[in-house]
Parts: sequence; C-alpha cells; structure tokens
Amino acid sequence: MRRWIGIIILILLFGILPHVLSRYYVILLTKILIFAIFAMSLDLLVGYLKLPSLGHGAFFGIASYFIGIFSTRVGNSFWLNFPLAIAMAVVVAAVFGLLVLRTRGAYFFMISLALSQMLWGIAFSWRFLTRGDDGIPGISRPVIGFLPWSLQDPICYLYFVLFFFMVAFILMYILVQSPFGHTILGIRESELRMRTLGYNTWLHKYIWFIISGLFAGLAGGLSVYFNGFVSPTSLSVAISADALLMVLLGGAGTLIGPVIGAGSLVLLENIVSAYTGRWLLVLGIIFVLVRMTTPYGILGLVNRSGSKEQRRHEGIGG
Amino acid sequence: MSFWVIQTLNGITFSMVLFLITAGLTLIFGLMRIINLAQGCFYLLGVLIGFSVLQSTNSFLLCLFFGIIATGILGIMLQRFFLYRFQDDHEGQVLLTLGFVFILSDLALLIWGGEPKLLPKPSLFEGSIEIGSNFFAIYRLVMILIGVLIALGLWLFIGRTRMGALIRAGADDIEMARGLGISIPILFTGVFGLGAALSSFGGIIAGPLIGAHPGLEWDILLLSMAVVLIGGLGSLKGAFLGSLLVGLVDNFCKVLIPELGLFVIFGAVAIVLAFKPTGLFGRL
Repeated sequence: MRRWIGIIILILLFGILPHVLSRYYVILLTKILIFAIFAMSLDLLVGYLKLPSLGHGAFFGIASYFIGIFSTRVGNSFWLNFPLAIAMAVVVAAVFGLLVLRTRGAYFFMISLALSQMLWGIAFSWRFLTRGDDGIPGISRPVIGFLPWSLQDPICYLYFVLFFFMVAFILMYILVQSPFGHTILGIRESELRMRTLGYNTWLHKYIWFIISGLFAGLAGGLSVYFNGFVSPTSLSVAISADALLMVLLGGAGTLIGPVIGAGSLVLLENIVSAYTGRWLLVLGIIFVLVRMTTPYGILGLVNRSGSKEQRRHEGIGG
Repeated sequence: MSFWVIQTLNGITFSMVLFLITAGLTLIFGLMRIINLAQGCFYLLGVLIGFSVLQSTNSFLLCLFFGIIATGILGIMLQRFFLYRFQDDHEGQVLLTLGFVFILSDLALLIWGGEPKLLPKPSLFEGSIEIGSNFFAIYRLVMILIGVLIALGLWLFIGRTRMGALIRAGADDIEMARGLGISIPILFTGVFGLGAALSSFGGIIAGPLIGAHPGLEWDILLLSMAVVLIGGLGSLKGAFLGSLLVGLVDNFCKVLIPELGLFVIFGAVAIVLAFKPTGLFGRL
C-alpha cells in the first residue's frame, strides 16, 4: 500500500513540478536524474559486490565521446548513435572487466582508476579525434521522428531523461531482486562458499560488471545530449569520485540511496558554486565528513531512526 | 647512439623520482594494507612548500628540509586524526585519502595559484657533461645517485635496523607484533609520515625538472600506481624494478610516440596482471 502511495506521489510530482518550476530548476532536475542513473549503475558494483570502483567514469565518458564524435562527424542519427554509444560502453566494460576482476581490494581500486585515467589520457592527447582539452562542442539533441515535441525544450528533455531513468531503475530493481542478483549478494558475502556450491562466480561477476557499465553508458549518452558538449572531464577521476560519493552519501546497496545522493550532491554543488569556486574543496570535506560520520549514508540514517522508532513502539506494546 | 644513452639516463632519472613516491606507497601498504591516494598530493605540496621556502631563504637545503618536515607532519596528522579511527576498515581509509586529495589539491591551488612552477637548480650542480655529441645535465646524474642511495638506505633500514624489524613484524603478523608489545599505532603513524616525507622528497629533488602544476598530483599518482601494479604492493624490490621499467617506458614514449605513452604503460600493466594479478613481487 505504502509503495503505491509513494509511486502515485512521484507521478504527480513529476507531472506537476516541471510546469511549476523555473527553467533553471527543470535543467537541474534533468542533471540530477542523469547522475542518478550513473550513481545507481556504480551502486551495482559498490553496494552489491563491494567493489569500490574509482574508474566508473570510463563507461560514462566513452559513451559521451562516442556520441560527440559520431554526431559531429558522421551524422546525428539518434537510433544509430545512442545504441552504439551504449554498446561501446559495454565493449569497454567487457575488456576492462577481464582485467579488473582478476584483482581484489586495493588492487581493484588502483586498476579501475588506472584504466579510466588511461582513457582520459587518450581523450586529452589524441587531439585529432577528440580535440583534446578543448572538447567537442555543438552536439545537438536528437530529433526523434515519432515524438511530437522537440527535445530542445528543457521540459521535454526532462521527460525524455525521466523515461530512461524509470526504465533503468525498474530494470536494475528487477535485476537485484532476481536469482542472479541474489547470487551476486552471495558472492559478496562469501565468494568461496558460492564457488564451492558450484556457481561460476567469475562469470557472474563479469556479467554484473558489464551490466553496470551498460547503465553508466546510458547515463553518459543522456549527459552528452544534455550538455551539447563533451570534454575529458567526462572521463576524469572527478566524475568517478562524484559518483562514488553519491553512492556512499545516499547509502550503498540500496539503489534508491544513490538517487538521493545524486540529488543532494547536484543541488549542493549548485549552491556552493554560486558562492565560491572552491567546489572541489567542499567536495573533499563532504567526502571526509560522510566517511567519518555516516558509514551507511543518508538512507542508513533514515532506516536506523525508523527502526529505533519501531523498537520503541514494540517496547510500549510489550 | 648518444641519443639512446641520454634518453636512457633521462628515463632512469625519472625512475628514481617514481621510486621515492612508490617506496612510500608500498611501505604504507605493506604495513597498513591501504593505498594512500594522497601520495601525489604530498609530492605536489613538497614542491610548493619548497618553492615558498626557496623564495624567502634562497637555500636549496632549507627548502628540502622544510618541505620534507612539513609534509611529513601533515601525513602524521592525517593518519593520526582521521585514518586512525578506521583501523580495520581499509576501504574506508582509502576513500578518506581520496577526500584529502581533493581538499589538499584545491587548497594548494588556493594558496599557490595555478601557474606552473619550477624550482631553480642548486648552484652546486649547474652545468653538464658531454656524452657523444649531446649534453647531459650534472643535476640529473646527482638525482640518479640520490635515488640509488635512498633505495640502498631504505633497504638497509628495513632489513638491518631495529625499527625496520618492527615494521617487518607489523607487516607480517600484526596480532603477533601487538602481542609482543610493539606499539602498532605509533608504527602506523610513523610509517605514514615517512611515506609522505619520501614522496615530497621526490617532488623537491625533481623540482628543477618537473616542478609543480595543477593536476600533477594525479599524473604522479597514476604513474606510481602503474609501478606498484607491475612491481607488486608491499615490496621495495618490486617498487624499485617497477619504477625503472615505468620510468624508462614513459620517457621513451614521450620522445618517440607522445600520444600513446599511457597506453603503452598500461598495456604493460595489463600483461603483468594477466599472468600475475598481484604484480611481480606482490604479497596479498
């Protein structure tokens, strides 16, 4: 019952809000949704496999660059570029997965960072293809034949992103509830035990990793149409760290937590940037504070206080 | 012919700088099982603090002294006040050092500004020697010498002194070491500070060649990660050989195929990982 009320409220919210809010906040909301998809995709690794990746921006950025390069040089066909960009992210995830999943713990952290930095290095120095530090400007939003609206309109683009967000959320939700998702949780808790039970744990992890890359690619594709611009920043460690912070801030292993984390962080960045150019400093301080105080993120705080209340009620009842 | 000699020597020079950073990284990992992502920041801060000291005192020795002491103390404080609270949560500690990378590099940008800086060469080592038809700076030879001396010193320190024995004991079996009455917290903090100091030492002696600029902390961190991924974490020998390999490859790529530098290095990393996931001399 509560879940349905929640869904109805959400639908009403997204039905009304974009028309009430100013353009500025519509754009901000779009950005939040894009980062929410990205953070959820990272949560698949951080929360469900305990693999804290510091290189998730690789998949985000490769999809962005693919669309950027193709739509400015070859042709701006959404039906070709968008799926191919996501496929590109999948291919990169499949290659990286072969390397990173051989490692654990500290090595995983380093190799994921190193591989994504390698792509950043290519984007930065291969000026012929990527125009280096200047980035690729002038990427226009796609024209989708059967849609009666133009995606140039911020509200329409918001709904466009919202559609993909809902699809991604539902798919990932089904995924983590599925037998496959439960197997992954089993591997997280004890890989040795799962292997002894006869599961091919490596293959499970590998496919899970690729799926995570796929959704990150989706977010990257939406992001490049949103900005109309792509630069090495989309591959940088800063964007990977942003996503990691969103996951940790909201609460890893919950899917909804990263969404909350994405919302709070994007809003906060906007507020901070209005007053000072020292966003990285603030980001770092938040990062440290979050790690020092709330190991389970915002959602962990909410759940904890909820269960406390429950316990009190039970106490009174008993 | 002299081209190859010069470029090899250039590569080795850079290898020695890399070794100083990765020695810290690997010592910290060996003992505490965490990756200190702030090593690149300590490098950068060493150069920048040294730059300020050099401007006011004009003495390279003082610059070296204050740069190392200041970053060493910073490292000690970072470990003592923050990482220390998460003794058994390795992942949490690594993420904390990541937070400090952002804080420290943005603070450095705030204090010293964004323009690239080079330290002036100490006047004692000006000049160059002739190799074939090319010239090679004496300062680079001095850097190689310093690197080799530090490597030898660390090797003796870890292998032959009482302090080194304590560190080895902590790295091998921390419970046992604690049971024998070794003060693990002091050991942890000390080694963390030593690691930070080594990194800033590398930064300052490379200051006349590489200097400091925004983003350098990530470049340095990335290359030192390639080193430990190849050489293996927790082993000084691995750090030394890995540094030599990465330093040479990096230098030859910069000269011959500048676009593909990182690609070649991480190709090497990939090949090593494919056969030995813990690096050549790693222990995990």
